[in-house]
Amino acid sequence: MAQIFHSSANQLSKLGITVGLLAVVGLGGILFELGADSSYATRQGEAREQPVPFSHTHHVGSMGIDCRYCHTAVENSWFANVPPTKTCMNCHSQIWLTSPTLEPVRASYRNDASIQWTKVHDLPDFVYFNHSIHVKKGVGCETCHGRVDQMPLMKQQSSLEMRWCLDCHRNPEKYVRPRQFITMMGYEPERDAKADQHTIGVQLVKEYHIQKLDTCYTCHR
Amino acid sequence: MSEHDNLDLTSVRKRLEGRTGRDYWRSLDEIAKTPGFEDFLHREFPRQASEWSEGEGDGRRDFLKLMGASLALAGLGACTRQPTEYIMPYVNQPENDYPGKPLFFASAITQGGYAAGVLVESNDGRPTKIEGNPQHPASLGSTDAYTQGAVLNVYDPDRSQTINFLGEIRSYASFLASFKDIVTEQVGKQGAGLRILSETTTSPTLEAQMKDLLTQYPSAKWIQWNPVGLGRRQGTKLAFGSYLNTVYKFDAADVVVALDADFFLSGPGAVRYSRDFMSKRRVRDGKMSMNRLYVVESTPTSTGAKADHRWPLKPSEIEPFARELAGAVGSGGAGGGAWSSQPWFVAMVKDLQANRGASVVVAGESQSAEVHALAFTINEALGNLGKTVIFTDPVEASPDDQLARLKELSSDLDAGTVDVLMIVGGNPVFNTPADLDFAKKLQKARLRIRLGLYDDETSQYCQWQIPQAHELEMWGDARAFDGTVTIVQPLILPLYGGKSPSELLAALTETPEKSGYDALRDYWQKQHTGADFENWWRRAVHDGVVAESALPAKAVSGARVPPASSRPVGGADTFEVSFYPDPYIYDGSYANNGWLQELPRPMTKLTWDNAALMSIATAERLKLWSEARVELKHGGKTVWASVWVQPGQPDNTIAVHMGFGRTRSGRAGNGAGFNAYQIWTSDSTTYASGVELRDLHEKYSIAATQHHYLIDREHGPQKDAAHAASPGDADFETAEAKLRGIIRSVGFGEFLKNPGVVDEMGEQPPKGLTIYPDVWKYNGYAWAMAIDLTACTGCNACVAACQAENNIAVVGKTQVLNTREMHWIRVDRYWEGSVENPTAHFQPVPCMHCENAPCEVVCPVAATVHDQEGLNTMVYNRCVGTRYCSNNCPYKVRRFNFFLYSDYVTESTKLQKNPDVSVRSRGVMEKCTYCTQRIQYAKIMSEREERAVRDGEIVTACEAACPTQAIVFGDQNDPNSRVTKLKKTQLNYGMLADLNTRPRTTYLAELRNPNPAIPVLEKKS
Repeated sequence: MAQIFHSSANQLSKLGITVGLLAVVGLGGILFELGADSSYATRQGEAREQPVPFSHTHHVGSMGIDCRYCHTAVENSWFANVPPTKTCMNCHSQIWLTSPTLEPVRASYRNDASIQWTKVHDLPDFVYFNHSIHVKKGVGCETCHGRVDQMPLMKQQSSLEMRWCLDCHRNPEKYVRPRQFITMMGYEPERDAKADQHTIGVQLVKEYHIQKLDTCYTCHR
Repeated sequence: MSEHDNLDLTSVRKRLEGRTGRDYWRSLDEIAKTPGFEDFLHREFPRQASEWSEGEGDGRRDFLKLMGASLALAGLGACTRQPTEYIMPYVNQPENDYPGKPLFFASAITQGGYAAGVLVESNDGRPTKIEGNPQHPASLGSTDAYTQGAVLNVYDPDRSQTINFLGEIRSYASFLASFKDIVTEQVGKQGAGLRILSETTTSPTLEAQMKDLLTQYPSAKWIQWNPVGLGRRQGTKLAFGSYLNTVYKFDAADVVVALDADFFLSGPGAVRYSRDFMSKRRVRDGKMSMNRLYVVESTPTSTGAKADHRWPLKPSEIEPFARELAGAVGSGGAGGGAWSSQPWFVAMVKDLQANRGASVVVAGESQSAEVHALAFTINEALGNLGKTVIFTDPVEASPDDQLARLKELSSDLDAGTVDVLMIVGGNPVFNTPADLDFAKKLQKARLRIRLGLYDDETSQYCQWQIPQAHELEMWGDARAFDGTVTIVQPLILPLYGGKSPSELLAALTETPEKSGYDALRDYWQKQHTGADFENWWRRAVHDGVVAESALPAKAVSGARVPPASSRPVGGADTFEVSFYPDPYIYDGSYANNGWLQELPRPMTKLTWDNAALMSIATAERLKLWSEARVELKHGGKTVWASVWVQPGQPDNTIAVHMGFGRTRSGRAGNGAGFNAYQIWTSDSTTYASGVELRDLHEKYSIAATQHHYLIDREHGPQKDAAHAASPGDADFETAEAKLRGIIRSVGFGEFLKNPGVVDEMGEQPPKGLTIYPDVWKYNGYAWAMAIDLTACTGCNACVAACQAENNIAVVGKTQVLNTREMHWIRVDRYWEGSVENPTAHFQPVPCMHCENAPCEVVCPVAATVHDQEGLNTMVYNRCVGTRYCSNNCPYKVRRFNFFLYSDYVTESTKLQKNPDVSVRSRGVMEKCTYCTQRIQYAKIMSEREERAVRDGEIVTACEAACPTQAIVFGDQNDPNSRVTKLKKTQLNYGMLADLNTRPRTTYLAELRNPNPAIPVLEKKS
């Protein structure tokens, strides 16, 4: 009986198996990469539901309240605290007294019970990030948190992946700004600091003694 | 040490004879070269290293099943996203509080009533770590191990959590309601049926409260009981006729004689005394003198280990020895006995007399009143009173003969005249003399009320069990060894609604619900004479020290030589047993503390157990060896005990430590060791003689760490270099090559003659010795550590502090037996010389942070890498657990999480964790980080303030705790830092520096100051 397949079919089938295997492995790799980096995994851009639909657009954008009015610990602690109920009540004991939206705030104050906010920027527990030093070194709130003045509900602007941290830790001049603009939203180097980012960045790195720290113990302990 | 068959005294002696020069050994097994020891030496985890199961008898199939499951799970693990977490802000935020930033509050932790001033770190309202209070005289910033452990007790899940009446849960209100009738009845009877049994207290407020109560109930009785320090208290009464407090000035003493006194580790003021003593001993900054320490003792202790001359004496010989010493220095009493003809005794007396007014003779906590009294007469004859030995009014509240009062209570109980017995703290059922049979007598009281931290041995015989507030949960006050008062302030509300002693006693008054805070403040308001009480009060609470409250010195003289006590000496077939409080779990009150249970004892290196310590000759005679179970019989009572052969223990004596063998202490303390109180009787509180011993012919495993993480001192490059051409010396090379200078100890005289002697003890490779270009320059900070071996007393406070700071897991006895304890710093103990009376040396070993770290090059996943400041970093998230690094670490300082040792389950202990340090999971390596979290904190603070980190700003946990300041950490690039200066001294050396690892942790060689007039004891053959 004559051969059905030409002898070159052996080669073809081997090639086919190899390519097929490679394709499966490659596809798996691509899917994994896409999955691990996806906004689903990192929760980037996801507006989280909160007990009170607090609007940064309103409080920061329209009212112009400085970040540090509420986040008082940002210059002193690793943690840029969520304000105590008392801070809300400073104003809301005067305005919007009967708003049903604000009932959880009033209830918290009445009952001396914390409001349970959902954490939006949640680093893994083995990462020891410190707000106070970043603010001191000229990293603006906006640089990591984005235009919160345009966020009706708080969302995570950046991926918060390690490579994202390292981008700035290795090239701080790309991101730092003068300290007087730390809490400013919509900062533009040319307009506000009268220089392009590279010039001002290099100058600030020198002036603020900004180190390029990328050893493990900088963030992990 | 179970290789009894392989070990015998003759072979040990023979091997010791063959040694020349400086001979250090870790244990008897090392000398005899038992196979077990060799195993420990060559493998890091010798015993059942391949055993993977925590339990018993799991097989290969289970292993395969689990492996399959874990592989599948590992793949899926990457697909999850972070669980949602929440933020719970304050409703009203306290002033000066930044969430996330720790605050420190001054308070005190007491032991035996005596306060150690502390600063407690509070992380968002949780006390997490205890540091010493630099302003407090008993601390000066340092702590001991049990103070470090105190914070764990707060969160102990086994604490008494509810008020119980006969096993039913009740409220405090219902207790007060039912107690009301009793109070009325007792008021009518003048308190004739009321007895209050408390621990020894130094609290001025509590004492005032008790005195008020005794006015209200004149026939009531207050009894204080603490099994430790009975002789110390009665000593001054015996010598001077009144109770006095003794304060020693070791910083003014050039010669110290300790009569079975472990003053580094036990007794009031031990932490301060350690520091004072070492300030006289250190040769540094131009001070070229050393004090001298003579020790006679009945069991090896830390103090004996640091002694320049030490002699083992039987417990029954201590008093005659003291008497003879008293005679020799001319304070009366018998002189000219057997010791007086010994050249060393003569030399010691001469040394003492040459240092009149600058010497101290100190008697031990466990010693009898007679020995204490004799020590006072000796001090008086030497002109030390008022100079190095100071007396003040008693620090303890209403001191009394506790044993006599306890016996009185027992007979009252027997007579049935006790209606109400309130037991405030303590644990009298457990820790009273066995012959009193307190548990039985206790039940003759009609109503028994117990305030206790635990529902323990005593609680089970009481109708009411009321949870006691921990010292970190209550308001109170306490005095230190010199009388200084500290206001004890709470760090947290009582977790289980506990009451302080003062609050319970209020139940007997017209204001039964008066808070401890009100009682305390009222008392001090009455004491305060100045105008502005509020300011004074705030300052006192804030500082943790009430200004000028130390008791003034009192001129006392005319110490009487006490008549000889008639304690029998042991016969030929029986033993003298001496009793000591355990250095870590004390009288048993810390028995449920896992940190302290697992802390290796300084001299024995035992964990989780006590033992009947006996000498090698005695063990040989009895044909027993370590880990043999025996029965001890004394006064008709018996207890089982496990034998531990201890070099330096006098023959025919047994030493036991108290506090073990608890039955109702909780998960950590139950079943650990044996209860020595069972043979501790009221006529033999110091030691018992005529104790019979019976071999039970059973084996009992003891988890001792003396062989763990051994460094091979015999097979290094030096040996190869020095002995390539000298065949046949497989066993013993010359001392220097053999020892590789791991531990270096020199006589002070030798050092003065040849200051370079320490360098000569080991080889230091030249700086450029590397095949890689030596390119990395450490600009900026270069963190380094220096450890002074002269000052190290082996107390293990550093180990406990490290455990608290770095969330280090407790592994339990079974795992310690497998060499898996997780301590990041260990204290190695070396013996030197004969087995009968060896000298001991201590060496704390943390990670060396080698510049050429052998661990880094073998990690396949770069989980351990170097940083630009010289830290050898350990990245838990990268670690896959190959253990190559620990295999390649010559110092054996890496610790592997074989199992999930960290407690992820118990809710209460989670609160203790340091939020700045990761809690490690199963399968990762960990090790000393030089407290990188503290380094980062200081660096961030300095950068925020636009300055460099100051010397001394970063204090590692071990350095902070060290009572003798033996550990110094800093920047070795800073020419003015303390660590740089120490490393420049001629005592400085690196351990195994011959391997060219360039360790950042280096040691200052130990100096000893033996009396040149005393001939070096000939090694017995």
